[in-house]
Order: sequence, then structure tokens, then C-alpha cells
Amino acid sequence: MLTKRKTAGEALFDGFNILGMLAICFITLYPIWYVLVNSFNDGQDAMRGGIYWWPRAFSMDNYVEVFKNPGIMTAMGVTVAKTLVGTAAHVFFTAMVAYAFSQRELIGRNIYLLMGTFTLFFSGGLIPFYLLIRDLGMLDNFMVYIIPFLFSFFDLIIFMSFFREIPGALKEAAKIDGANDFSIFTRVIIPVSMPVIATISLFHGVWQWNDYFVGMIYINNMDLQPIQTFLFRVVAQSSSSQIVAAAGGGVDRTVTSQSIKLATMVVTTAPIVFAYPFLQKYFVKGLMIGSVKG
Amino acid sequence: MRANLSYDVSEMRPMSRKDKILKLLKQFYSQRYLQVMALLGVAWMFIFNYIPMYGVIIAFKEFSIIRSVAEAPWVGLDHFRAFLDDDELPSVIRNTLGMSLIKLVIGFPLPIVFALFLNELRSLRFKRAVQTVSYLPHFLSWVILGGILTTWLADVGIINKVLLALGWIDAPISYLAEPQYFWSIVIASDIWKELGWSAIIYLAAMAGVSPEMYEASTIDGAGRFQKMWYITLPSIKGTITILFILAVSGVLNSNFDQILVLKNQLNESASNVIDVYVYETGLASGRYSYATAVGLIKSIIALILLLIANSVTKKINGHSLF
Repeated sequence: MLTKRKTAGEALFDGFNILGMLAICFITLYPIWYVLVNSFNDGQDAMRGGIYWWPRAFSMDNYVEVFKNPGIMTAMGVTVAKTLVGTAAHVFFTAMVAYAFSQRELIGRNIYLLMGTFTLFFSGGLIPFYLLIRDLGMLDNFMVYIIPFLFSFFDLIIFMSFFREIPGALKEAAKIDGANDFSIFTRVIIPVSMPVIATISLFHGVWQWNDYFVGMIYINNMDLQPIQTFLFRVVAQSSSSQIVAAAGGGVDRTVTSQSIKLATMVVTTAPIVFAYPFLQKYFVKGLMIGSVKG
Repeated sequence: MRANLSYDVSEMRPMSRKDKILKLLKQFYSQRYLQVMALLGVAWMFIFNYIPMYGVIIAFKEFSIIRSVAEAPWVGLDHFRAFLDDDELPSVIRNTLGMSLIKLVIGFPLPIVFALFLNELRSLRFKRAVQTVSYLPHFLSWVILGGILTTWLADVGIINKVLLALGWIDAPISYLAEPQYFWSIVIASDIWKELGWSAIIYLAAMAGVSPEMYEASTIDGAGRFQKMWYITLPSIKGTITILFILAVSGVLNSNFDQILVLKNQLNESASNVIDVYVYETGLASGRYSYATAVGLIKSIIALILLLIANSVTKKINGHSLF
């Protein structure tokens, strides 16, 4: 009797729990779905509203306009370039420094680590950083996406905790063969550190892909702005002139600045959404390593 | 005898010091590759972390773009006083702390609650599916989310359509043009974006709870809510504490990316926060020294808050960051 009543209660709990979770999934996915269906709808028709579940007048025109728009394509190119170059450089540089910092025999190790730890708690702030970038001649320069973000002490901590687990015998064997520390790092350490490299690449890559701030404050040349900065100017400053100019030029009048905006948002987000299920195991693991270190 | 002894000592000291230096140099040379690798990182930190830290001295000077930092005249605490006298100060502080505190009260516990219920799901596959979906918004940029929000909250947007259809409002409302809605929009969209992601850490901590505790409590007749409250929650107390310390020390940080996307001239009275204020007075209006002073006040208060939160939680439950 008692067991039976308890199972009924348990079943009720489970039922409500599953319903609640399904509701959360719906709330999470629906706004994204809404953008998707509206972006595949005829722009003029979409202005009437009421497209909630499926395109009413299916059209690829918005996407055709996006891929024909030289401004959007240039910005996409900048984003792809800075994500690839920036991520590769950041991961290699930070991992290299982390490997050196993780060697106990390194003279000055404690000073170096203290110097890094302090940066986690205090920074000069936006204005002195801006003035530094200006003095380094990196305004309106592609390198502003790469060099100021080559290194992160937080990522270094994650790398170090991974490197600690690598058996010392690997390194010793290479040393006996006459390898120097740099080639030990590139030929021995990097190949066995792929999980942590994948994790940091993912975090930094997503940041590079999504960031609009660097492109907004350090770049004035429109040909050097990334797609997120381009979209920021369209979304936040409502300066749809770039998009309207492109849309107005064509014979096709069914697209609107709103419908092109939605299509651009989808094109901008698609690579992340497609890549993300495959990378999921890495970021969960990476977050764990990071959290263990605090 | 005495003279002899002192001679010996003075002879030995330089010798051993010289030996030490020589040994150190030798050691340094043998690890020269390692040192180059390390020093490249140190040089980067010096340039991109420590030069800007030195750069905060312009907060005490009257810096202008045509002169170098060294040439700029000292003005002491003038910029700090100017900030305290600024008409915008009360609203900047109210917006920053208001949004942060509501985020702390609502946004901080929600991922814990979400993780607790996720942890109770019996089907592992369903649990994983929900998690996968819930992380997704974390990977969208604030620009994209801003685009979604401006579409949804527009006069002809879905929110107005639904509310009109339900008869809750008589005329469409321009939500982003009215200051009174701004905080709610910021907080709700932040929760939407980060709920699943913030729950990861708690779920990982929950995975470490021994199943025997749950079995024992089942025999004692504990229900699901009792297990969540008396077993799961106390087991992740340490994780909660550490994240709480970090959250408290961040109350002066607004989500800059988010607010910059959503703010406009019409909602300014509710959206102007410290970070935006520093950005706009500093970079947009060129008051470099003044904006640096405001930023410095913020950094120092944040550091103090971190230390206070750390020592308070250490006393209360023994967990702390350092």
C-alpha cells in the first residue's frame, strides 16, 4: 500500500519534470525557429506578420541577396579569417607559454606565475587599453584581432593542469634523443594534448566568431569590420542603410531590410549551430578542468 | 688568528656567490629554449596587461590626445571629484546595481534549480538531449540575440500580437523605447541565454554525489524533494559558494555586449550603466582621463567586494576561493 502510493507520487513528479523540461526546450528553440522560418519567407509578405510555424510564401530571395551583397560577404570573410588565424595563434602561443610555465625547473617560474595571477584580479580598464592599441599602431589594422588576444592567463591555467597529467617519461625520452624544449613541445606535447587544444580552440573560436566590440572600437575601415560588427550597426544603431542600399539596387523588390537582416543572422549563426553538437563533449570537459582549478 | 679567520670568510663569500651565479647562468643556458618560450608570454603580459595598468595614472592627470602621458599635467583627484558631482552618477549607479542585484537574486539560483530538476530525470538520453538544447543559446552572440529581441519586441512583433490577441493590452507597446521595460528585458534575455550553460558546473558537482546516500534516504522514506533539499543541495554547497563569490564581485560589471546592443536614446535613463558610461564619456566624447578615473573606481570596488565576499563565505560555511 505504502509503496504503491509512493510510486504514484514519484510518477507525478517525473511527469511534471518531463513536461517542465520540454517547456524549457521549447522556449529555448522557438525564438531561433521563428527567425529561421521568417528568413525563408518572402520579405514583403512577412511584413504582415503572423508567420509562426512555417514560411507562408517560401522564398530564397533573402539568401540570394545576402550572398550577392559585397558588404556582407567582405565582413563574412573578415570573420572567417580572424577566427581561423586568431584561434590558431591564441592556442599555439598560450599552450607554448603554459608548457614553459609548467616546468618546475624553470628559473623565475614563481615570479612569472605571480605576475599572471595578478592580471586575473586587476586590469587597467578600457581607456588605457585603447590608448595602448593606438600607440602600437593597431587601429584599423587586421592584427588588432590577433595580437592583443594571443594570450590568456585563464586559458594558461587550463593548459597547465592538463600538461601536469602527461607522463614525464615522454619528455625524458625525447630529451635523450637530443630534442630541445621547443621541439619537445611541438612534437611530443601538442600531439598528446588534443582534447585540451580542442576545448580552448572551441572557446576562443566562438569568442572570435561572436565578438563585435573589437571591430566596433578599433576599426573604422568598413572593409575590415567583421560580420558581427556589421550586424551590430544594423541591429542596434538601426543603420540599415548598408542593407537597404544593396536591396534597393536589385530588380527584385520582394526583399526588405528586415528580411535580409534575418537571413544574415541565420548565415552568421549557422556555422556555430552546425559545429556545436560535435564539439559538445569538449566544452563540457574543458569547463570541468577549468572549474577544478577554480 | 682572528685576522686569519676574517680573511677566510671574506675569501669564501665572493667565491660561493660567484659559483651560485655561474651555476644559475649555466642552468639558465641549458633551459634557454624554455626561457624564450616563457619570456614571450611574460613580454606579452608586460605589454598588454601591465602597460595599461601603468596607464591608469592618466586618471590623476589631464590627458589629451595631442600630448604624451608624461607631458600631461597632474590634477590629483579632480576627475574622481567630478564623477561624484556628476548629475548622471545616481542613475548610473542605480542602473548598474539594480540590474546586477536582480540578476543575483533571480539569475543566480535559477541554474541551480534547473540542474536539480535535470538531475532527477530518469532517462539519461532525455537528460542529455535537454542539456544539448539548453546550452545552445550560450553560443549565440548578443548581436544575434539583439536582432531576435528587436524583432520580437517591435510594434508589429510577436509579443505585441500575442498580448493583443489575448486582450491584455489595447495598443502595441514599443518595449525597447520605454525605459520601464529595459531591466526586465535585460534580465530575462540573460537568463534565456545562460540558464543551461551555468547549470553545467552544478550538474558536474552533482554527478559526484554517492548513490548510496540516495539509497539510504529512500529506505528512510525520503521523497524526491527531500532528497534534492537534504542530499543534493548540501553536496554542491562548495561549488555554489565559489560561484556566488565570483557573482558578488561582479555586481559592478554589467553585461556590456548585451546592454550596448539593446540600449538606445529612448531607454537611456534605464540603460546607462558604469561600463557604458566609461565607454561613452571616454571613447565617444574623448574625456580619456575622466573615463579612466571612473573605470579605476570600479576596478577597486570590485576587488574589495571580492575580498569581502571571500572572507564572509569563509566564515559562514568554510568554503572560499582563496
